[in-house]
Amino acid sequence: MIVRLISGDTPRSPILTALLVLILTCLAGAPFIFEGVRALDTAARICIFILLVASYDLLLGYTGIVSFAHTMFFGIGAYGVALASTHMGRGFDALLVGSVSGALAAIVLALLIGLFSLRVRAIFFAMITLAVASAVAVLVSQFSNITGGEDGLTYKIPRVLTSANRMGEVMGVKFTGKILNYYLIFVCSLVLFLTLLRIVNSPFGRVLQAIRENDFRAEAIGYRVVWYRTAATCLSAATAALAGSLFAIWLRYVGPDTTLSFEIMLDILLMVVIGGMGTMYGAVLGAVLFVLAQTYLQNLMGAASHATEALPLIPELVDPDRWLMWLGILFVLSVYFFPTGIVGRLRRQRAT
Amino acid sequence: MSAAPDHRPTFADVSLAERLDKAMPFLLIPILVVLGFFAIGAPSSWLTLTVSGLAMGMMIFIMASGLTLVFGLMDVINFGHGAFVSVGAFVGVSVLIAFGDWTGATSLLLNMSAVFLAVVAAMTVTGALGWVFERVIVKPVYGAHLKQILVTVGGLIVIEQLIHVIWGPDEIFINRPEMLKGAITFAGAAMEKYRLLAVGVGAVLFIVMRMILRRTKIGLIVRAGVENGPMVEALGYRLRMVFVGVFIAGSALAGLGGVMWGLYQEVITAGMGERMMVLVFIVAIIGGLGSVEGAFIGALLVGLLQNYVAFLEPKLALVSNIALMTAILMWRPQGMLPVVKAK
Repeated sequence: MIVRLISGDTPRSPILTALLVLILTCLAGAPFIFEGVRALDTAARICIFILLVASYDLLLGYTGIVSFAHTMFFGIGAYGVALASTHMGRGFDALLVGSVSGALAAIVLALLIGLFSLRVRAIFFAMITLAVASAVAVLVSQFSNITGGEDGLTYKIPRVLTSANRMGEVMGVKFTGKILNYYLIFVCSLVLFLTLLRIVNSPFGRVLQAIRENDFRAEAIGYRVVWYRTAATCLSAATAALAGSLFAIWLRYVGPDTTLSFEIMLDILLMVVIGGMGTMYGAVLGAVLFVLAQTYLQNLMGAASHATEALPLIPELVDPDRWLMWLGILFVLSVYFFPTGIVGRLRRQRAT
Repeated sequence: MSAAPDHRPTFADVSLAERLDKAMPFLLIPILVVLGFFAIGAPSSWLTLTVSGLAMGMMIFIMASGLTLVFGLMDVINFGHGAFVSVGAFVGVSVLIAFGDWTGATSLLLNMSAVFLAVVAAMTVTGALGWVFERVIVKPVYGAHLKQILVTVGGLIVIEQLIHVIWGPDEIFINRPEMLKGAITFAGAAMEKYRLLAVGVGAVLFIVMRMILRRTKIGLIVRAGVENGPMVEALGYRLRMVFVGVFIAGSALAGLGGVMWGLYQEVITAGMGERMMVLVFIVAIIGGLGSVEGAFIGALLVGLLQNYVAFLEPKLALVSNIALMTAILMWRPQGMLPVVKAK
C-alpha cells in the first residue's frame, strides 16, 4: 500500500527512510509536537517549499532544463489567490477560483516560453526565463493599482481558517482555524507531492530522464523532445503556481519580495542542489534543511559574530546577513563534489 | 591526359530581397531611429532620447561583448558575468571617492585623470577576478551547460555577498566629476555631457575591438576558434590560453561597463550587476551568441527602444525589451548574426 502510494520509488537507504519518516511525522504532528506560532509557521513554509522545490526538480533534476522563472509561476499562483480574494470577498470559492486560474495562467505562460525557447536550444531557456521573470517582477511592482505594487496585497481568507475560529482543545492544544489552515496546506502539499512522484516514475518520467541523459538519442529513438520538455515545463509551472496559492492562503499577504524576487529563485536552486537533483526525496531534505537554516542558523551566526567581535574581518564574514554567502559556497562545492546531493550520498553509502 | 573539365563560373544574380535580408540587421537601427522620430514628434526630445538611448546601448554592449565571445569560443555560459559589473563599479567608485579633490575640481584634466584611474583600477581588479573565476569556478565544468549555469550562479551569489562584506550592505551614492555634470544644448535639445562621453567611449571601443578581431593575428585565432575550435587546436594553437585571455578581457570590460553604468546612475548597489545581466542576456541572444557585431546592434536596439518607449509609455519600458527579443527570435531563431553553428 505504502509502496504503491510512493509509486514504487522507495528511498533505498535506511538512513534516508528514517529521515523521511521523521520529517513526515514532524510535519503531520507539527501543531501538537512543537509549541508556538513560529514553529507552526516554519512547518507550513517547509510543506510549501517541499512542493515548490519538488516541482522545480521535475524540471532541473529530471529533465535537465534550467529555468529562472520558477518564482514567477509561484508568484502567479499567489497573486491569483490574492486577487480573487480581494475582488470576490472572503470565501472558499475565491480561493478555488484563484488557485485554478493561477495554475492555468502559469501553464499558458510556460507553454509560450517553452515553445519559444526550447525549440532552438535548451540553453536559451535559462536566459529567456531570467529575462521574462524579471520583466514580470517589474510589471507587478509598476501596476500598483491592480497588484498593490511594492506594498503587495493583504486580504481576508475564510474565517474558518483563521485563529479567530476556536474549536476546543485537542490533546491539550487549542485547536484553532490556524491549525486547520495548516492541515489544509499539509494535505494539499502531500497529495501534490505524491502526484509528482507518480509523474516522475511513470513512462513519461522515464522519457524525461532519457532526454536529460542524451536528448539527441531520445529524439532518434522517436520521442519528440520539444514536446516532452514543454510538457515538463508546463507541469512544473502548474505545480509551482499551486504551491504559490498555498503560500498565499497561509500568509494572507502577497508582495513582490515574498513571492517574486530573484532571491527566492536562488533559494530554490540551493534547496534542489543540496538535497539532491533528480530525486523527489532530495527536494524534501533540501527544503527542510534550508528552511530550518534560514529560520535558526541566523541566530547561530549572530552569536558567532558576537563571539568573534574582537577579531578583524571574521565578524563581518559570519554576520547573520551574510548567511547567503555561506550557502553560495556550499552550493558551488556541492555542485562539484556531491552532484547527487545528500540523497545521492546516502544511497551510495548503502551500495558500497 | 584528358582536357580540363569545362569551367563556367556562374554569377548568380543576387536579388534585392536577398541582399536586403542580409543587410537587415544593420538597417534595423536607422529604421528604429526614424520610427522613433515620427512616434515622438518633437525633434528636440527625439534627439535627447536618441543620445541617451545610444549611451545606454553602448554601455550594455561593453558589458555584453565579453559574455558573447566567451560563449562563442568555449561554449561556456557565464551567469556570474554580472558580478564583475558590480565589482567594477564598486572598485571604480571607491577610487573616485578617494580622489575626491580631483573629481571636485573644475579642471577637465584632473577630472578625466580621476576617471581614468578609476577605470584602470576597476579593469585590473575585475580582470584578475575573472582569471580566478575561470580557474576556480568555470574550468572544472567545461562541456556541461547545466553545471556551468549552476556553478556560475553560485559564484555570482558569493561575489555579491563579498561586496556586502567589503563595502557594507548599503548602496553608495556618487557624484559625477564636475566637468561631466550638466548638459550641452544643441538645436534646442539638451544632451547630458556624460552620455555623449559614454557614446564616444563605446563607439571607440567597438571600433578597436573590431579592428583587433579583423586585423590582428590574435583576432584571427579568436574568430577561427569561434567558428571551428578543434581545427584551430589541430593547427597547433593553444585555444585554452586564448580562451583564458578572452575571459579576462571580457571580465575587465564588464568592470569598465560597471564603472560607466555606476556614474550614469549615480548610485551603485551590489545587485546592479545581477539586474544588468537581464539586459546583457537579451542583447547576447538577439545578437546571436558569439557575435560581437550582433551584440553591438542588439545593445543599441535595446537602448534606443527602451528610451523611446519610456518616453511614450513609461510602464512598458522593460517589457519592450522582451517584445523586441520575441520579435527578433521569431524572425531569426538563432539571433540576428548567428556565429556559433548548432552546438
